[in-house]
Amino acid sequence: MNEAKSTIMERLRQALASEDAGEGRRRAVDARLARHEPVLVPARARVEGEARIALFTEMAEAVQTEVQRLDSFAEIATATARYLRRHNLPQKLVAAPDPLLDAAGWEKQPLLRVRRGNANPEDAVGMTLAFAGIAETGTLMLVSAPERPVMLAFLPETCIVVLPLSRLDGCYEESWARLRQQASQPPRAVNFVTGPSRTADIANTLTLGAHGPRRLFVLLVPDPEAQGPEPEGDA
Amino acid sequence: MSGATPVGFRDRAREALADPTLREALLSIRRGWPHARARAIARLPEFDALRDHGRAIKDHVLAHLDLYLERFERAVTASGGSVHWARDAAEARRLVLEICKRAGARTVTKSKSMIAEEIDLNAWLEAHGIVPVETDLGEYIIQLAGQRPSHLVGPAVHMTREEITELFARHHGTPPSERAEELVAEARRVLRQRYLEADVGITGANFLIAESGSVITVTNEGNAELTHGLPRTQIVVASIEKIVPTMEEAFTLLRLLARSATGQEFSTYTTVVTGPRRAEDLDGPEAFHVVLLDNGRSGMIGGTLRSMLRCIRCGACLNHCPVYLAVGGHAYGSVYVGPMGAVLSPVLYGIETARALPEASSFCGRCEEVCPVRIPLPALLRYWREEAWRRQLAPPAARWGMRLWRHLALRPGLYRIASGVVARVLGLLAGRRGALRRLPLAGGWTGSRDLPAPEGATFTSLYRKGVR
Repeated sequence: MNEAKSTIMERLRQALASEDAGEGRRRAVDARLARHEPVLVPARARVEGEARIALFTEMAEAVQTEVQRLDSFAEIATATARYLRRHNLPQKLVAAPDPLLDAAGWEKQPLLRVRRGNANPEDAVGMTLAFAGIAETGTLMLVSAPERPVMLAFLPETCIVVLPLSRLDGCYEESWARLRQQASQPPRAVNFVTGPSRTADIANTLTLGAHGPRRLFVLLVPDPEAQGPEPEGDA
Repeated sequence: MSGATPVGFRDRAREALADPTLREALLSIRRGWPHARARAIARLPEFDALRDHGRAIKDHVLAHLDLYLERFERAVTASGGSVHWARDAAEARRLVLEICKRAGARTVTKSKSMIAEEIDLNAWLEAHGIVPVETDLGEYIIQLAGQRPSHLVGPAVHMTREEITELFARHHGTPPSERAEELVAEARRVLRQRYLEADVGITGANFLIAESGSVITVTNEGNAELTHGLPRTQIVVASIEKIVPTMEEAFTLLRLLARSATGQEFSTYTTVVTGPRRAEDLDGPEAFHVVLLDNGRSGMIGGTLRSMLRCIRCGACLNHCPVYLAVGGHAYGSVYVGPMGAVLSPVLYGIETARALPEASSFCGRCEEVCPVRIPLPALLRYWREEAWRRQLAPPAARWGMRLWRHLALRPGLYRIASGVVARVLGLLAGRRGALRRLPLAGGWTGSRDLPAPEGATFTSLYRKGVR
């Protein structure tokens, strides 16, 4: 269908050429594409440290995300087991095969059955690791990779996301800048998640759990690498 | 889909005004989204500055659209996907069908896309033996009901819970669910199975990113992610003006979108997808296609209508429009409704067919006031009115009336005499009541209320006498 493309392009060029037919337009486009400065970041997002954590928590809770802060990475398993008990859910989950989650303290919860891999339609609880948190709107940024499949955050009714505190940014642009440093091209999927799935399509009544998770639980944790030498478990 | 066109607007508007169920539904829009939007904006002091940036970003893209489209295509190809070009709806339908056939598709899941509505994709797929399944709950409801969306953001806002209960019971063959949560759970259960069976997933796009060839979808339900994440083939249908240069610019527009639409700080799911699954990925489609649709847009670039291409489909102009809130979406007989629809529909259907839509405005200007990218909607409606006038599309009575008025308005002396006579005659007719119950040619007014008669002299004669 190259004929279609050339027709559309020809129409556009004819309409736009009068504005500047020369290289000026091309240069303007190149310059724009090479520039990655934020356009305008709301003042609200320019917070640091504890204030940033407080803003993230406030914004996330305002959209029905449950947030819990832990003292160490190794408490993740215990906090998860408690959360599942509190919501009357079975002690069973599927977690991202990301090696960082190896240090979640699974050995402390022998009754918690954990499978590492992608979510199946039967899985009730999925756990993954966030690439970033964004305080401005209480948003999680999930970045797909072989060790972090996307469906963990969409198929199960309950989604648990681990967010290392060093990855908590003020605004979306900071998170994109970090991702650009790691990869020149975005991975297949970058999901920005702000609360559990919802709909108001039935008589304008807000209802959670439309297609994605009904519950979203965020664990704010210190970085495992920042904790210094931990006594190794045998896991 | 229903075969309605904008031609029957007046009749459908009259019916809509007499429909108590629709009145209730429209009232709930009036009570909900505009207030939520106002609250969200009050929490973000930079909102107006963001609107200026949003407008500038879109204007820049539109002035360089040919170049950005080339860059976008190159980036999609580099990420392992392919771009297909469609001049019109028929070409887009054929392209989508070809891809579906090559994928051996029997069922496709769809995540809400206005472009798919614009090209009437569902009917076409069905006619070729492929079952399309809408997954956005609102779209799913209207698909079952055999209707068109009546709102950009809430396609089924015109339906009551009782109607949906009845619809689900009939189609799902289950005992009727009454509460909203039960209905949502029921749809979730039914659609979950459909996601797993689908061979192809079709989504729209809120934005296309030129730098990386990425596609951004925005939902609250998470249905777009299941639509592009589960089937083997993903097709994105999008119109050419959806392009944005970089991620940073897209996120500026995203800060405007949810706040303008539903008053949310950010929609629940904003997803950026780039190409098919990578070699070691555990999920994602193996094939990634983008169908780019023109359908009249390249013809808007060179003229007055260019600013309409800034539209990000938030629906704020609908939620604040006294006409939309009185007659609802279906009266328009078009895929696009409300003020933005009244500007776009003449492009898609022709002004001859869609003439009634730009007429359906009181020029109150609220649409322009709330537009996140500052589209001068009243000016564009006026453009279409002038166009209709130039092409002599108005009925003879209206044209004669307009000519008569023009004749008088250009001759102030004559105008003063004529208006003085009319004022006195109306005053006489009204008698001591001071109001008229009936007046020829003014049935639209006197049908539901009296017309107050002018009291005494005209403004100019009072002014001359020095009455201030």
